[in-house]
Amino acid sequence: MVEKIKRIISGGYLGLIVLFLYAPILVLMVLSFNNSRSRVVWGGFTFKWYQSLFENEQIMEALVTTLLLALVAAVVATIIGVTAAIGMNAMQQKSYKLMMMFTNIPMLNADVVTGIALMLWMVNFIPLGFGSVLISHITFCIPYVILSVMPKIRQMNMSIYEAARDLGANTVYAFAKVILPQIIGGIISGFFMAFTMSMDDFVITYFTKGAGVNTLSTMIYGEIRKGIKPEMYALSTIIFVIIFLILLVVNCLPEKNKKVEEKKF
Amino acid sequence: MNKKERANKQSLISSPYIIWVIGFTVLPLLVIFRYAFTDSNGNFTFKNVFATFDMIHMKAIIYSLGIALGCTVICVLLSYPLVMALRCLNLKKQKFTLFIFILPMWMNFILRVLAWQMILSNNGILNFVLTGIGLEPLRIANTGTALMIGVVYDYLPYMVLPIYNAISEIDEDIIEAAKDLGADGFTVFCKIIFPMSLPGLLSGIVMVFVPTMTSFVISDILGGGKVQLIGNVIEQEFTKAANWNLGSGLSVSLMIFVLISMAFTTKNDNEGKGTAIW
Repeated sequence: MVEKIKRIISGGYLGLIVLFLYAPILVLMVLSFNNSRSRVVWGGFTFKWYQSLFENEQIMEALVTTLLLALVAAVVATIIGVTAAIGMNAMQQKSYKLMMMFTNIPMLNADVVTGIALMLWMVNFIPLGFGSVLISHITFCIPYVILSVMPKIRQMNMSIYEAARDLGANTVYAFAKVILPQIIGGIISGFFMAFTMSMDDFVITYFTKGAGVNTLSTMIYGEIRKGIKPEMYALSTIIFVIIFLILLVVNCLPEKNKKVEEKKF
Repeated sequence: MNKKERANKQSLISSPYIIWVIGFTVLPLLVIFRYAFTDSNGNFTFKNVFATFDMIHMKAIIYSLGIALGCTVICVLLSYPLVMALRCLNLKKQKFTLFIFILPMWMNFILRVLAWQMILSNNGILNFVLTGIGLEPLRIANTGTALMIGVVYDYLPYMVLPIYNAISEIDEDIIEAAKDLGADGFTVFCKIIFPMSLPGLLSGIVMVFVPTMTSFVISDILGGGKVQLIGNVIEQEFTKAANWNLGSGLSVSLMIFVLISMAFTTKNDNEGKGTAIW
């Protein structure tokens, strides 16, 4: 009986928190179907924002910029981050700690400070635009990759790699066959972390973007005073649903994958 | 010797990163320091950094500290019962839990904050519901309360996930043993679960406190321009007042404050916090 009451209370509390987390999302989704441009009046159900969304060149351009930025930043950050982590693992304690300290700086520093510092530095040699935003995103994405790959590398047995080398495997082959399978989980989660952080970033982009370039975040920020275009709600709803489906599939798959992995080893 | 040579050779592979760190972490910081310690003519001065202690800036800093502390405390108080509730419900899939807390991050964060503005405004959804069930409407739009709701909303997942990760790693046998020896639920929490969740709590605090203190978008939207956090002050020095030196001075003091306070909390927790989210 006590167990049951406990479960009811727990469920109720979890429900309240979920409501708190998803209430604004629900509001935005409802707005994307609102026939009126107003944010407070319900003007009936419509799909028209979903249609006009794809004809709105500004939004489409911002979407492409955002996705391209996130993809390139995540790929470059993953490459630099993984090589950095492998190299740092081989360093002596002192240099390892020093490198870790520098890795933590962008994570601990306030976004405002990171953004401003990058802007003040980069105006000296490149025009602010897509390039400067990309560099900034790579900079703040690398630490996420390093921090998610590092624990895997620390657990890894380097002797196996050395054995492979002694037995005649070249560096690339030994890396692909020995190191990669052991750290691939960390690499994948680091990549997705980087991608997410880049997609969601506003502050650093805002300071480093200069005129002309817009990501979805900076575009929305610029529209706050004039009023958000309803197409934006439609686009966010689409992105949200896509990610929801992807995460759902990813979360249902692992059981099958585990069996495959067990066979491998 | 051979081994050492190999290790040295291997550490060379991180040189692209070292170059990147120097180019885009260290040098930008040096530049912001240079701006902070010079006036508009390029002469050395402490004026910009000491401007932190001006009344108007001190007010913003103290207010930001208050909001950040309040937000962190509320997040901790919400997270522990939540994690315990998740444990109690014993959901089959642990990943499902992470899923619930990560998913909202995929809706653009400015839009989510704007949605809160619509919910909390004087003729918004919350008051509509409240008057609907016969309660007094709340007047919290454009106040510190609205701002607090916004920051707690935005940073709660960053507190829940590390605590959840730390607690889900606790060996069930230890808790069973404590119960067999006569400990009640409260004792188990105080003596086992809470102490073992400390690393998670620490990284949660780091991930909530700093961003809250320095955020400027949430206070912009939910505070209605009436409440100013230190983030707003710095942003305006760069975008509106165009006083880069003063803005840099404030940034530098903020950075020093953050790094010093975080040096204590992150001492024994460098790795693994990045993986907490995915």
